[in-house]
Amino acid sequence: MHIPPFETFYAEQKDPVFAHLRRLLGPAAEDAFQETFLRALRAYPELRNGRHLRAWVFTIATRIAIDEARRTRPRGELPELAVEDGLPPQAELGPLTDGLPPKERAAVVLRYGFDLPYDEIAAALGSSEDAARQAASSGVRRLRERSKKS
Amino acid sequence: MTNVSHELDTRFRAAAADQGLLDVAYDVIESPLGDLFVGVSDRGLCVISYEADPDAQVERLARGFGSRVLRSPRPIDPARRQLDEYFEGKRRRFDLEVDLRLTRDFGRTVLEELGRVPFGEVTTYGALAAKAGKPRAARAVGTIMNRNPLPIVLPCHRVVGANGSLVGYAGGLERKQTLLRLEGALLA
Repeated sequence: MHIPPFETFYAEQKDPVFAHLRRLLGPAAEDAFQETFLRALRAYPELRNGRHLRAWVFTIATRIAIDEARRTRPRGELPELAVEDGLPPQAELGPLTDGLPPKERAAVVLRYGFDLPYDEIAAALGSSEDAARQAASSGVRRLRERSKKS
Repeated sequence: MTNVSHELDTRFRAAAADQGLLDVAYDVIESPLGDLFVGVSDRGLCVISYEADPDAQVERLARGFGSRVLRSPRPIDPARRQLDEYFEGKRRRFDLEVDLRLTRDFGRTVLEELGRVPFGEVTTYGALAAKAGKPRAARAVGTIMNRNPLPIVLPCHRVVGANGSLVGYAGGLERKQTLLRLEGALLA
């Protein structure tokens, strides 16, 4: 599928991505927004097709948000509330889920850290809703097994 | 849903250009001839168009120069400033790098020769063809003028018919007249 000019892609995705980042990070979303689209711009020439562009950029945004949350709220500190949507952010899930396969990790963090519905998680992961559900539950299973061992 | 603020949008567009991540930065600028679509690549000015509606231009630029085409005003500033000065009658030649990579062979040679036609003077299609090495190619030169990627800066408005008639202009004859009048090359 045709890859649109970056301007077109950006015009279509900037508001949904920003809303997503606001939910994940609250006011810190602004820097993450810029970083997301700069990273997308760097990777844009390597894209091979124009399908799933939304999922692609949501994945970038989500990774940046997780890094940002981990950087600004080190383990052990109480997370601040992202007051806007009344959702607690997720900081402690970042380190906890280290070492999970990336898709499972993202699914777990988005579901249990950010309380995103599965259709949005699916969009962020570029997979089906079923696959998102699957990834979250096998991620949780893996975490349980890990906690038993330790 | 919280939308991206104007400030944040502006900041991103500037950062994208500052970090050298764009194939083409563009903006739409105002002029006495109407809005102009102006684009700059990493090599220089690559498009000026009287067709200021960005959508079609952006698609065309992405095909020619690469997909990273973004509206970003700052890289356009030197061209904007020089065009303003030109229209105010304070500038007679442009001092801008140009990117003609989408032209080749005779077309490129003709455009390079065109760039040497001085302010306030006119030449003919045939004379320009001769300067580019093909004295019989006046008609081809007409086509090349019609597709000039950088009107005003590469002054195709200074090219007229052998009998002195204005012949044609991609932006419309009225604009050609306005430009020649501005330069004092056309009386009344």
